[in-house]
Amino acid sequence: MTGAATPGQPPTAGARAGAGGAAAARDRGPGRPAGALRPALALLRKDLLLERRAPESVPAMVLFTCTTFVLFHFGLGRNAVEGSLAAGVLLVTLLLAAILGINRLFVAEQAEGGFDAVLLAPIDRTAVFVAKAAALLVFLVLVELVAVPAFALLLLEGSIWRSLPGLVAVLALLDVGLAVVGAVVSALAIRTRARDLIVPMVALPLLVPALIGAARAAAPLLATGGASWPSARWLLVLGLYDLVFGLLAYAVFDFLLED
Amino acid sequence: MHAKGLRALTLATLAALTVTLALVVFYAPNDADQGFIQKLFYLHVPIAIVTLVAYVVAGVLAYKHLRTDERRWDVRSYVVIHIALIFNILGLVTGAIWAKASWGHWWVWDEPTLVSFLIVFLLYATYQPLRFAIEDPERQARYASVFAIMAGAFVPLNFIAVRMASSLVHPRTFATAEGGLPGEMMLVFLVSLAAMTLLFWLLVKYEIAHKHATWQLRALRRRLLGDDAVAPLGRSAAPAIVPEAVGRRADAPAPAPSISPSDAPGAAR
Repeated sequence: MTGAATPGQPPTAGARAGAGGAAAARDRGPGRPAGALRPALALLRKDLLLERRAPESVPAMVLFTCTTFVLFHFGLGRNAVEGSLAAGVLLVTLLLAAILGINRLFVAEQAEGGFDAVLLAPIDRTAVFVAKAAALLVFLVLVELVAVPAFALLLLEGSIWRSLPGLVAVLALLDVGLAVVGAVVSALAIRTRARDLIVPMVALPLLVPALIGAARAAAPLLATGGASWPSARWLLVLGLYDLVFGLLAYAVFDFLLED
Repeated sequence: MHAKGLRALTLATLAALTVTLALVVFYAPNDADQGFIQKLFYLHVPIAIVTLVAYVVAGVLAYKHLRTDERRWDVRSYVVIHIALIFNILGLVTGAIWAKASWGHWWVWDEPTLVSFLIVFLLYATYQPLRFAIEDPERQARYASVFAIMAGAFVPLNFIAVRMASSLVHPRTFATAEGGLPGEMMLVFLVSLAAMTLLFWLLVKYEIAHKHATWQLRALRRRLLGDDAVAPLGRSAAPAIVPEAVGRRADAPAPAPSISPSDAPGAAR
């Protein structure tokens, strides 16, 4: 956690970007309603800027995944894994790393009054959801850019190149589900007393169907001499999961910001 | 007011449960493979069905709470989830016993009903801790409703995913081409399902009536004996009910607002 060293910087950047988003919405005149996309993009930009200036979540998640691979090496007593075991190790590690990111997703808003700024601004509240889910998605992709090569190098038996496009498709669908559910759970837990406990307790069971789909889809990809593209039905399960929870989260997110 | 029809419902439930037990023991034929132990089916499957339906219903009630912002929907959603959790545990236990009798293991990962039951249980077991972690009653009700809606949609989705992931050891009782159950078994099963539904409904009504009675009693004590006679409320996962039947003096403090110090705007953060 490098962010603890520079406590003053992120809020300033966040407040500035938040005010900028409100101003942008105001500039378009009182008659026109603010679209959902522009405020969402402004909020997303704020989050990414924050993470770039004071990297906090992504380095922690990357380190966590690499450490967990080492733990699995010793825990399983194996030098290389393949097939469903490899899929399980990779995906469970990514899931747990995502929990770290979900825990921190709204911390800046909570600590520095970002929620009030969003409520004061003339924007749709679902813009916050879209922005936060997109930010988490970007974080997850960044983590996987390091985690998947590290996994292939440290633990995977055989080469990853043949099945890489299929794996990318599975991970992309999984990441969307993680981002959507993560954004809602993070908002749900941020104002409770025991945020760090609530997030994994609620998020992990909710993510079981996504893990089932991703693990079943990825297992043949990571087997030595296995398939190069996942079976359509598991991609379908993942897609259905993303769709259902995406729509649901979009519908109920409003109520988490109402104060 | 909330106890209306409770006696009739209680008698009906008792009768239905008695009839069910009698039918299961004396009328339903013994299974050719599994013998008497198969009769656990008449307990396990209706409990499972009632539990899953109840979770979805709780999601709908929570949706109504968010739409109308009336606390009684939150109370109903809370109580339905509470009773469904108890049924969920019953379903897990009967399922484990059945698995032990049929397949020789207490836990069978190839049984999709049992596995999704465990996952759903793990999810809903966080409902009360989540409520408990939120002090402001308004926010507690709202966040709990959001949780109940997400989880209610999760239940069928999870069921599909788990069923697809497991091989087909589990008896697919209703899905076979020839219609599955023979007539007598089907009759007993339907009676049992009705009895379990009645039991669930009865328990929900009892708990809601109990909550209202407790809160009315509290308000009455407060009015008659003064504020000191009533112990201050601790933090609670259960929703607080403001009894509308008890008239309050205009100068008397309302019964609910003393729930937590964080009621004041901005105090929670």
